[in-house]
Amino acid sequence: MSDYNFAYLDEQTKRMIRRAILKGLAVPGYQVPFASREMPMPYGWGTGGVQVSAATLTPEDRFKVIDQGADDTTNAVSIRKFFERTAGVEVTEETEAATIIQTRHRIPEAPLSEDQILVYQVPIPEPLRFLEPRETETRKMHSLEEYGLMHVKLYEDISQHGAIATAYAYPVKVEGRYVMDPSPIPKFDNPKLADCPAIQLFGAGREQRIYALPPYSDVVSLDFEDHPFEASKADHPCDLCGARDSYLDEVITDDRGGRMFVCSDTDYCRTRQAQGHLGAQLAAKQEGAA
Amino acid sequence: MQSEALEGGFPDAPVDAARAFRAAMNAMARPGRIETLAGAVPPAPLSAAAGALILTLCDPETPMHLAGGLDVAGVRDWITFHTGAPLVGPAEAVFAVGQWADLQPLDGYRIGTSEYPDRSATLIVEMPELAPQGAVLTGPGIKESTRLSLPDVAAMRRNAALFPLGIDFFLTSQDRVAALPRSTRVEDN
Repeated sequence: MSDYNFAYLDEQTKRMIRRAILKGLAVPGYQVPFASREMPMPYGWGTGGVQVSAATLTPEDRFKVIDQGADDTTNAVSIRKFFERTAGVEVTEETEAATIIQTRHRIPEAPLSEDQILVYQVPIPEPLRFLEPRETETRKMHSLEEYGLMHVKLYEDISQHGAIATAYAYPVKVEGRYVMDPSPIPKFDNPKLADCPAIQLFGAGREQRIYALPPYSDVVSLDFEDHPFEASKADHPCDLCGARDSYLDEVITDDRGGRMFVCSDTDYCRTRQAQGHLGAQLAAKQEGAA
Repeated sequence: MQSEALEGGFPDAPVDAARAFRAAMNAMARPGRIETLAGAVPPAPLSAAAGALILTLCDPETPMHLAGGLDVAGVRDWITFHTGAPLVGPAEAVFAVGQWADLQPLDGYRIGTSEYPDRSATLIVEMPELAPQGAVLTGPGIKESTRLSLPDVAAMRRNAALFPLGIDFFLTSQDRVAALPRSTRVEDN
């Protein structure tokens, strides 16, 4: 390590972020304003998550970063390298080995443990923002617990599409009080938010908000009695590892309609392949090669 | 100012504060869990854990209230030198530290507003000891239920009833810390 302060940020900034995290944990689901800093990466690349990670990391941590489930995308690699250099922490791609996991748009498939912290990168923290653009109004709606508009939006989904069409950033209610945006995770991941043994922290850099879910929080996806919430995924096994329980990406493989479904969680898929699980397309390819 | 005020800070502030914050965050995220919080050597009668919390969280942006027996020259000088936090009365305090009896009355502290419940005071309560027994705690951060020795169950219940407003507590004793956020529901045994 180097000429940077530990974990890049100056100490006063970290104290300010740490105070916001503590208040966020004390009022689960409430968005705490914080004085977000310029980071050496553009807004929209995870500056909120990076600041929360910087304020949370200790030298003993093992750090993992995923972007849409993958460890090897540009965003994930650059953030991992950033903290490798500025905090001198160990990094890993294994979900179970990591103590802090910064994530963009996924919750890992492997169950999290009490010793882990999940840091979400959040683009738009306000779940009501697309329904009501004024911050003064949404703040009032949260204070009055006035969430009827959100139910109207979900109802309009049903009336237009016959089902709740919201597939990601699906709103949840935390501990029966605050409606919260879980960040743009697929709604497949929503059930993992609840009763999670890990601490979940959410950072929105551009919008300057931090919020949190303590372990084992009560998190309920909004729905209707006659249209209950359903965690959905592509109805297909993974073509590489054969998993039927993981969230899948659809990958177009040629211009003649060829496609494959693969786990979005690269670590989960790799681990399963190493254990000998084989998906249809990978099996076909290995046969062809043999 | 005496030269003792210059001693007892974190030897390696960025790293020591990071470790201290992890303990404080684990405590706040898991109410009732007792964590170890070391690294600071504050002047008596401030405990090591309270000293570490102050070094980790307080700075010129956080007005502090020193209650009762902690409002002595040695502690004032130490906090002023190491954090620069202005020392104020309960009504303006972001952090307050003291023994339970000295911190009363609780309604003198900020509990936040309905639009900004985060703008509330955090109290650091110096306890003779901390033990996982006594009042039963349930709520976010707690798997089923847990127990913690609280100074005053009725007062904590009144505070929890204010949710989402209310005060958040750190309870400290020597180098140990536990927390009780406003979200925790408290019952007698």
